[in-house]
Amino acid sequence: MTAKPQQSDRPRVLVVDDYPDAREMYSEYLRFSGFDVVEATNGMEALERAVDAAPDIILMDLSLPVMDGWEATRRLKADARTASIPVVALTGHALAGISEGAKKAGCDAFVTKPCLPEDLVKEIRKILDRSPSSTPRKLRRSGKYAKS
Amino acid sequence: MPRVRVAVEETGDDGAMMAARARLLEGFVGRTEIADATSLALQWLGEVLGVSQSICLARPDAEPTLFVVGSYGLAGGAVASYTVSLEDWSNPLVTAFNNRKEIFFPSPHSSADRKRRPTTPFEDAPFQAVPLGVSGFTDELLGILLVGGTAPIGSDLHWFTNVFGQKLDQIIRQQALTEGDRKHGRERSLLYSIINAVTDPILLTDTEGRLLIANARALTLFTASEEESEGRRGAVRMNNMLLSSALSSKAIEETGATRRELLLVNPVDGSDLVFELLSAVTEDPRQGSGVVSILRNVTDLRRASEEIEENYRKMRIAEVQSRAESDRLNLIIDSVADPIVVTDAGGATSLMNEPAEKMFTIPAEASEIEQRWVQANDAHFSSFIAGMLVSADQRRVGEIGLCDPRTGEPMPVEAIAGKILSEHGELTAVVTILHDRREAIEKARLYEQLKQASDELERKIQAATADIAQQNELLRRQAIELEQASALKSQFLANMSHEFRTPLNAMLGYTSMLLQGVAGTLDPPVKRQLGRIESNGRHLLTIINEILDISRIEAGRMPLQLSTFKIPELIGEVKAELEPIIMRSKLSVTIDVPNNLKGLTSDRQKVKQILLNLLSNALKFTHHGVVTIAARTNPKERTVALSVTDTGIGIASADQEHIFEDFRQLDNSPTRAYGGTGLGLSICRRLAHMLDGEISVYSIVGKGSMFTLTLPTRSRR
Repeated sequence: MTAKPQQSDRPRVLVVDDYPDAREMYSEYLRFSGFDVVEATNGMEALERAVDAAPDIILMDLSLPVMDGWEATRRLKADARTASIPVVALTGHALAGISEGAKKAGCDAFVTKPCLPEDLVKEIRKILDRSPSSTPRKLRRSGKYAKS
Repeated sequence: MPRVRVAVEETGDDGAMMAARARLLEGFVGRTEIADATSLALQWLGEVLGVSQSICLARPDAEPTLFVVGSYGLAGGAVASYTVSLEDWSNPLVTAFNNRKEIFFPSPHSSADRKRRPTTPFEDAPFQAVPLGVSGFTDELLGILLVGGTAPIGSDLHWFTNVFGQKLDQIIRQQALTEGDRKHGRERSLLYSIINAVTDPILLTDTEGRLLIANARALTLFTASEEESEGRRGAVRMNNMLLSSALSSKAIEETGATRRELLLVNPVDGSDLVFELLSAVTEDPRQGSGVVSILRNVTDLRRASEEIEENYRKMRIAEVQSRAESDRLNLIIDSVADPIVVTDAGGATSLMNEPAEKMFTIPAEASEIEQRWVQANDAHFSSFIAGMLVSADQRRVGEIGLCDPRTGEPMPVEAIAGKILSEHGELTAVVTILHDRREAIEKARLYEQLKQASDELERKIQAATADIAQQNELLRRQAIELEQASALKSQFLANMSHEFRTPLNAMLGYTSMLLQGVAGTLDPPVKRQLGRIESNGRHLLTIINEILDISRIEAGRMPLQLSTFKIPELIGEVKAELEPIIMRSKLSVTIDVPNNLKGLTSDRQKVKQILLNLLSNALKFTHHGVVTIAARTNPKERTVALSVTDTGIGIASADQEHIFEDFRQLDNSPTRAYGGTGLGLSICRRLAHMLDGEISVYSIVGKGSMFTLTLPTRSRR
């Protein structure tokens, strides 16, 4: 799963999840769907990756070790370098209040697990299409269903 | 000068005797008193005839006794007290007096002689008794002369007794005459003073009405001198006129009454005086007839009589009033249902009202036992009154055990007795009121029963309340425990669902990726098998989601998000979401919505969830036919009814209510024909309630079902 983050013209997604099966599944499908993918396994790592990999969008699981998703999102939104990167919260907790907390922390979207990989990709494209920080050019170039 | 006739019976007497006789006769002249004449006579007798001792006894008018009127030559003491009773027939002197015989009493020679002699001041000395009288004039003897000595009665003595008798007769007659004159005068003056003393005017008038005699009171009314005032004289004139007319014989004859009223004027003050006139005609042969009138002043009498009449009238009125009052009182007393008895100070009954009479008097036809009851009552009451009379209490309240005089049943009465005292504080009566206590006792008994029942009830209620409180406490604790358990369950389910989702997420994700050919093209059998994995995974996900929904609702963690939206759009979305299933089922789904449907304000997501559930159920349980989604508004109730109607298997009416319960599917067997958690309708009903709505079902087995969601057009929440 090596990537060349700096040189790719494909939209880059930072997938943050401590559960490998989920993280790798989404990563694999995103790459399959034409995205450049960077991974992180906890909040702290997510902050480092967000700075050094400069992703176009961050997919953030909320229940994380070391630093949870809410805290990481708050710090990302507080850091000028990463504040403009859309964050999509992803959680298995569907109880009311969770999404509210996520929005408060600065998440731009909220997706409940289980979420099929194709549904997640749809959501990411929707956000990238309206996000000013990402260019439509990149999306068009990424191409649908391009082979990895 | 009247000459005394002198009888000279003996001639030849010497001149001395003649002179002595003349001297006696001259001595009698001018003597008007018996004692005076007798004294002279007896002295002459002693001096001239030598009678040394003599007594003269005379008989006053109509007296049966002879008294000494004079004596000569005897001791005064023996003579003064000497009398002779003419009724003593055994006295020889009385015989001599009555027979007019001279008797000689010689000195006694024996005791027998002495007995025959009368007792005289002469004692045993011889004396003669010579009756004194006037022969030829009157039969009456004047007295008797007792002459001492034994000398025979000679002519001189006869002459003397004759002359002396005449003198005595003369004196007595003279005395009687003057006595009569004096008496007459005295009586006359007495009569006048009596007449004058009478306060009523008394008058004697002649036939012409002129006043002959008037008493002092009459004079003031009918006479006035010239010096009197004119008014007084006028009044007197008026009175005379009034009297004359009243006395005119004509008036007397006409009225025929001797008693008339006569109105006169009081000359002193001019006031009216009313007299009663009594007049009587007197016939006097010497002075002619006159009228004696007595006027009785009845002015005061009439006033008094009027007063008496007025008083009598008042008394009558008072009597009538008091009788009316008494009748009224009796009526009141009789109308009192309680017996009232008035007892006097002696304990005797003085008044009873009717109820009391029933208690204490024996009725006319009472049987023996009834009489005994009444007697017993009387005895009890009497003893109560006796106690009251001896006690110092002014009032007394007690209970007497009487019996009903008709039935004999015990009749306890409350007796309230009060003493009535006179103004001097003396007991005059005792008033007793008896009040039948039976009703009160019965009431008290019933009240006691009622109270017991009430107490019993209260005890039971208290026990029940305590029980309920205990139960409530228990229930409250159970509720808390249940709530805690439920919260734990909800929390557990929420956690579990999360734990379920994570692996399921990976399973569904990879399956989907494989089916999309991420790992290369797949053979049809593999693709079919992966499809089975996917559909079962989705089913599992649905179950997990529904369980999660239930737990969210129960935990109150499903907030409403109200918005106003269009119903046709929502129905379109629902139908579109289930389009793949509709395609597979080959059923026709029609939408029946009126054009003018207004927007619905509710939680769009939840309404959609309900409709999705209802439609997917309809599709699931319908094998052929039509499924219709309809919307209707009820403006009056301000509700919207959204219904899903199918032509499916239907639900028996007995089961229709159960289908909304948790985990219910009618076929609970492991091999049931239809999938699903059985939570769908339960969630729908809970969601409908959250939206202030309701879900109902109408279904016929084998024909189909219609589920209707009724919602308010504007949810209040």
